[in-house]
Amino acid sequence: MNDQTMTPEERAANLKGMGSSRKRVEDVRFTQGKGNYVDDIKLDGMLFGDFVRSPYAHARVVSVNKEAALAQPGVIAVLTAEDLAPLGLHWMPTLAGDKQMVLADGKVLFQGQEVAFVVAEDRYIAADAAELVEVEYEELPVLTDPFEALKSDVVLREDIADQTEGAHGPRKHHNHIFTWEQGDKDATEAILAEADVVAEEMVYYHRTHPCPLETCGSVASMDKVTGKLTLYGTFQAPHAIRTVVSLISGIAEHNIRVISPDIGGGFGNKVGAYAGYVCSVVASIVTGKPVKWVEDRMENLMSTAFARDYWMQGKIAATKDGKITGLWCHTTADHGGFDACADPTKFPAGFMNICTGSYDIPTAYLAVDGVYTNKAPGGVAYRCSFRVTEAAYFIERMIEVLAIKLNMDAAELRRINFIKADQFPYQSALGWEYDSGDYHTAWDKALKAVDYDGLRAEQAQRVEEFKAGKTRKLLGIGLTHFTEIVGAGPVKNCDILGLGMFDSCEIRIHPTGSAIARLGTISQGQGHATTFAQIIASEIGLPADDITLEEGDTDTAPYGLGTYGSRSTPVAGAATAMAARKIRAKAQMIAAYLLEVHDDDVEWDVDRFSVKGAPERFKTMKEIAFAAYNQAIPGLEPGLEAVSYYDPPNMTYPFGAYICVMEIDVDTGEWDVRKFYALDDCGTRINPMIIDGQVHGGVTEALAIAMGQEIAYDEMGNVKTGTLMDFFLPTAWETPNYITDYTVTPSPHHPIGAKGVGESPNVGGVPCFSNAVHDAFRPFGLVQSHMPHDHWRIWKIANGLGMHG
Amino acid sequence: MIPAGFEYHRPGDIASAIGILQEHGDEARVIAGGHSLIPMMKLRMAEMGHLVDLQAIDELKGIQIGSDTVTLGAMVTQHELITHDGLAAAIPLIREAALQIADPQVRYMGTVGGNVANGDPGNDMPGLMQCLNATFELSGPDGNRSVAAREFYEAAYFTAREDEEILTRISIPVPGAGVGQAYEKQKRKIGDYATAAAAVMVGNGTASVAMTNLADTPIWSEGASAALADGDVNGCVAAMLDAIEPVADNRGPVEFKKHVAAVMLRRAIDRAQSRAG
Ligand SMILES: Cc1cc2nc3c(=O)[nH]c(=O)nc-3n(C[C@H](O)[C@H](O)[C@H](O)COP(=O)(O)OP(=O)(O)OC[C@H]3O[C@@H](n4cnc5c(N)ncnc54)[C@H](O)[C@@H]3O)c2cc1C
Repeated sequence: MNDQTMTPEERAANLKGMGSSRKRVEDVRFTQGKGNYVDDIKLDGMLFGDFVRSPYAHARVVSVNKEAALAQPGVIAVLTAEDLAPLGLHWMPTLAGDKQMVLADGKVLFQGQEVAFVVAEDRYIAADAAELVEVEYEELPVLTDPFEALKSDVVLREDIADQTEGAHGPRKHHNHIFTWEQGDKDATEAILAEADVVAEEMVYYHRTHPCPLETCGSVASMDKVTGKLTLYGTFQAPHAIRTVVSLISGIAEHNIRVISPDIGGGFGNKVGAYAGYVCSVVASIVTGKPVKWVEDRMENLMSTAFARDYWMQGKIAATKDGKITGLWCHTTADHGGFDACADPTKFPAGFMNICTGSYDIPTAYLAVDGVYTNKAPGGVAYRCSFRVTEAAYFIERMIEVLAIKLNMDAAELRRINFIKADQFPYQSALGWEYDSGDYHTAWDKALKAVDYDGLRAEQAQRVEEFKAGKTRKLLGIGLTHFTEIVGAGPVKNCDILGLGMFDSCEIRIHPTGSAIARLGTISQGQGHATTFAQIIASEIGLPADDITLEEGDTDTAPYGLGTYGSRSTPVAGAATAMAARKIRAKAQMIAAYLLEVHDDDVEWDVDRFSVKGAPERFKTMKEIAFAAYNQAIPGLEPGLEAVSYYDPPNMTYPFGAYICVMEIDVDTGEWDVRKFYALDDCGTRINPMIIDGQVHGGVTEALAIAMGQEIAYDEMGNVKTGTLMDFFLPTAWETPNYITDYTVTPSPHHPIGAKGVGESPNVGGVPCFSNAVHDAFRPFGLVQSHMPHDHWRIWKIANGLGMHG
Repeated sequence: MIPAGFEYHRPGDIASAIGILQEHGDEARVIAGGHSLIPMMKLRMAEMGHLVDLQAIDELKGIQIGSDTVTLGAMVTQHELITHDGLAAAIPLIREAALQIADPQVRYMGTVGGNVANGDPGNDMPGLMQCLNATFELSGPDGNRSVAAREFYEAAYFTAREDEEILTRISIPVPGAGVGQAYEKQKRKIGDYATAAAAVMVGNGTASVAMTNLADTPIWSEGASAALADGDVNGCVAAMLDAIEPVADNRGPVEFKKHVAAVMLRRAIDRAQSRAG
């Protein structure tokens, strides 16, 4: 078959454009062990850095003695805060408007904090020498509880003890960071006072960690001859890192090249800047040699950015027949020793104000108090868009709690409160404009798919059997309908360190009709090279297989704010479509010239422009590409390329309906997921197979978080879950089968209607698993308990309800 | 997670291995599969100047199935325990327990000798061997001796083995026909040590019961075993609960562990009884 005989559908299929389950082009190298990660980077004469870390959660650093370490053969340098101070690099700014010690400056605020950086000829010498650095500490009282911290006389941040004004307004106490208020407090309290029914609960979303398979690391190489610094690293936002490095080091930005090579998972852990990055840069400047720093698993878990740790006190008001009238939430947010949350500047609690969820709640109020404690800093968006998962967990628990209070079915309670399809665009009480949605359709489809009524009947029977002593297993049905807010975001209200959160794509078409595209984002497993090529393929009619995609090198890629918060498809994906459309517009002029007709007399047809009314007269995109380079076309510049910087007019609001069926052994606390159904609506679906993969991965992370994963501390501030023996990462064995499903409600403002999906399964999955646990015990009187639902905590629920005789 | 430096030795027979241990004293340690030792070295909780690898010593390998006794070379891997059909026929309990250790990757490397010599209360094989009334053969500078598994464990990481001795073989009496066996283990995930585990043999008027990870050594209880031999399950469980001394950790508080210990024991008893002749 050739171009002449193929139908438009066949030609479209050949492009493997949008809607095609095209195989991931990245996997060829990943499945053969040919990826190129930071630790694979080996430069001539490269040195290695390793940290001396604090064993204490709160202590004064009395002295650091480097002598024994420096005496070791192969040790080049030992850096402390004193060495960094003359460069002004002993502290660095955080993304949240705070500052953070690079190396301990007089005291340490969490266990695992960086105290000294040892630079040696190889990694083993560095590790040995780190043990020889003698640090004298004087222990200080430790605060691990944020509520205690707000009352305590112990001052954690002595550097800002007298500052009553923080980056986000007044500070109420020396361990208080900010108060962030949204919505109408008085109106909400008035509604609560008069409501038929008010349900109130503390919903705790415990501290956990993104724990990407590849830990964080960097290789800095300062070329003293050219004055250029090349910095390879595990950066989810390479361009922003370049700007930050320039601002804090004083090296001109054009002399810095930042490269994010392959990244082995980020999940928010690789958004911020870490002491290791700064130290590798300083060490390279000092030694004139490349310096590599790669943390190990324990360092990753104990010192790089954690996630969650939100204590959410909630009140939800409703009429006696279940119509929700108001929502109130006060959150105490444990930020650890420094406020290093990775949120857009104006949102110190991220998008927590999406906590009205999928429901039409007319009046609401949210306040968040950020607090310092003796824990690691972070508070990153672990596979979620800036606290959306906390918000979703909160509202989905409050709905369940309200259903109990009303003695109503929780599925029905949701249904009667959903925002209706005709209410979109919907203005939420806490300030967002939801772009599109059809929650009722998704919900009904989900309930039908799992035979919800049948499940409830089975559950009722199980309860009888349990009471009759015939079984020791309960059945829980977990429900969740979540709404996300992703794709940060409009430059008018979203920036990071003053950098507007637009994103970008540059496309160059080669003379023979293949192409390269470069984006301001960086894939960490999401499959950008596969899906973004599909957008271009559909927009300009060149096969996706002929389009190379590159990201992560700031010398070549256009500036963008990176990949996190499900923003790549909503923002960079939009930029990709817009850049492709610019190319198509020029291609139209070229085609018209070649076909000797007016520009308006040709029309787009999958992979070509043809003359209106005479489809046999056409120029394919391949022919047009060649013409762009081989002939002078009056009024047009040669070449065929375009760049687009896209500032989205709004966020996108993906949603989904998840249902989990779980068996629970009341004697051992063991659980078994019998069924997990995930319906996602992410608008236009670019690659269904990749969407399925993202859902599988995200629900698995949700399972981990809900059912066991946590960063736990003892009262001394020691991390109790610092290895993968105790920090739960599910294996194939613990991972259930998933049933995926979808509806399609395109985003009205996105060029291709896509909304982003990578984080939905984590946002929806966590409440779904947790609700399943709660639901199993609901017939026995359970209202609320806290995650993670590991064996002993589930056992404790059963024990507390008198189920052990 | 980077171990300190060490010298590596790979002797070809038991005598040379003992010689190296003698030469370097407590600076030296034998390594079998390395799946307990290497993690400790990476955490720098175990540091030694000399590692004596037992892999090249053929005398430490092999499984022999006799009519009364089974012997396992110390270097037999957990994977071999699982895949040896003769062993599964003679003492099915060993395969059942080995399948609940860690994951396949660990089991390809980890050895039965390393598992019982290690002295970690989390290891499954020590309790199993106590249940089976196994005997450990040790070779040292002063020759060979045998120690009953039930006498071997003193405290966490402390055993009857002297520093310069090597555990060479394990001999296990073959339980008579009609003896039902079962191993029940609760863990948080694949690759985890037991929250609580129970090894049970019962039949022909005899019984033996041992528990794992519920004290700083494995617990074989004479009282519990005797009660079960008499058919008194509640008495067996009560005696066992008296004998264990669990401590709170990330797997849960003491109360929970005691509860789960009883559940595991009852389940193991049920299953063992259902398999008894
Ligand atoms: C992720 C993971 C999960 C695990 N889960 C479990 C589990 O659920 N249950 C379980 O039982 N184990 C578990 N293990 C431990 C595993 O079974 C080990 O392999 C085993 O405990 C030790 O055997 P080894 O051959 O690896 O010994 P090594 O690690 O080589 O040695 C362990 C110790 O025994 C000493 N030693 C070894 N052989 C001899 C000998 N012949 N004579 C004298 N001393 C000797 C060594 O000097 C060392 O002190 C797990 C390990 C890992 C890494």
